[in-house]
Amino acid sequence: MEQFEFNYPAKRKITKRAHVGVVGSGDLEVLLEPIDSTAASVRIRTSVDGFKNTWKTVLDRFFSQYDAAVHIEINDAGATPGAVSLRLQQAVEASEA
Amino acid sequence: MSNLVLSREYLQRRSFIELNARERAKSLFDPGTARELAGPFDRIESPWLAIQGVTPQADDGCIVMRGTIDSCQAVVIAFNGAFQGGGIGEVSGAKLTAALDLACRDNENGKPTSAVLLLETGGVRLQEANLGLAAVAEIISSIIALRRYVPVISVIAGPVGCFGGMSLAAGVSSYIVMTPEGRLGLNGPEVIEEESGVEEFDASDRSLIWSIYGGQQRYDQGLVDVLADDDAGQIATTVRDLVAKGVPAIHRSQQVDPYRSRIAALDPSTQWDPGLVHSWSSWSA
Repeated sequence: MEQFEFNYPAKRKITKRAHVGVVGSGDLEVLLEPIDSTAASVRIRTSVDGFKNTWKTVLDRFFSQYDAAVHIEINDAGATPGAVSLRLQQAVEASEA
Repeated sequence: MSNLVLSREYLQRRSFIELNARERAKSLFDPGTARELAGPFDRIESPWLAIQGVTPQADDGCIVMRGTIDSCQAVVIAFNGAFQGGGIGEVSGAKLTAALDLACRDNENGKPTSAVLLLETGGVRLQEANLGLAAVAEIISSIIALRRYVPVISVIAGPVGCFGGMSLAAGVSSYIVMTPEGRLGLNGPEVIEEESGVEEFDASDRSLIWSIYGGQQRYDQGLVDVLADDDAGQIATTVRDLVAKGVPAIHRSQQVDPYRSRIAALDPSTQWDPGLVHSWSSWSA
C-alpha cells in the first residue's frame, strides 16, 4: 500500500460534504469535505504501488476544472484512472446536490 | 424469485441487491427517519489493515442506522460485501455489537427497539482473525440478549451470502429472510474444496452451490422464515411484518433436538447430494 498527498489552489467555498464509492476490487472510496483554506488537499491510499505519476495526472486534470476549498481522501483498491475520475465527479455532484 | 417469470412487474421492480449497503439500510426505514451513526466521516476504521498493505475503508464496511420502521424504533446494521467480502474485523464487529447493546439498553429502559442485520459477509476477516473471532462471540451473545425483548431479523439478500461465524449469528437471530440469490452456510464452497478436494465439492459448480446454500434450499429446509424476491419494496414490507410479529415463542436455535435428529439420520459414509438434504424439509422438526 502507498500513501501520498497533493495540494492545489482553491478559490471558492462549498458547504456540503460527500461520500461515494467502496474500497472493493477495481473501485475506490472518496470522502470530500469543505475546509477553511485557500488550498485544496488530497490524501490517497492505494493498494497498488508504483502509480504516483498517474495519480498526479488524474488529479491535475480534475483540479484544472474544480476550484473549491476541500479536503479529499481517497481509499483505493486498484481503480483505473477512468474510474477514479468518475468517482471524483460523483463526489462533486453529491456535494453540490 | 419464488416464481421465475420475467414479467413486467419483475423487470420494473427496484432491486434490493443492486442497492449499495447504505441505500439498502435506508430503504427499510420510514422515509426521512434514517440517520447514520459512526459514519465514514467519523473515520472509525480498522487499525490493522494498512500495516498489512490493505487499504482500509472509512466505515470499516459496517453501516449502522437508526430510525423507525412502521413507527417503531429500530436499528439496521448493514455489511458491505464489496469491502473485504463483508468480513468482520475488530472495528466492524465492535460497531455491530455496540449497536445491538444500545438497542438492548433501550429495551431494558422500556423503549422497544428492534434490530435488523443485513448480512453480506464471508465471516471473520482473515487479516484480523483472532479479533474477528472474538467479535463474532460478542455479536452472538448480544443478539441472544436482545432477542428476549424484540425480534432480531437477519436479511441475506445478495450472492456474497452469509458464511463462517456470521452464519452462526444469523442462526441465533429471531427470523431469517433470504432471496433465492442469497447463500447461507458455515464453510463456504472454496473452503470445502480446498480442504477436501474437488471430488468432494466443486466450488466452480454454481448450480451445485446454490442447490446446497441457496435461499430456496434453505427455505425448503426450514432454516429460513421468509423467502423474498430481490425487490426492495417486498423486503421492506417483510421486515415490517416481522417487526410487528414480535419475538417468536421459541427461537430456532432453542430447538436443539429436532435439528440434532436430522444430523443423526444422515449417513456420512455416503456422498450427500442436494436432493438428500432437501428431504430434511419433510422430516418432523
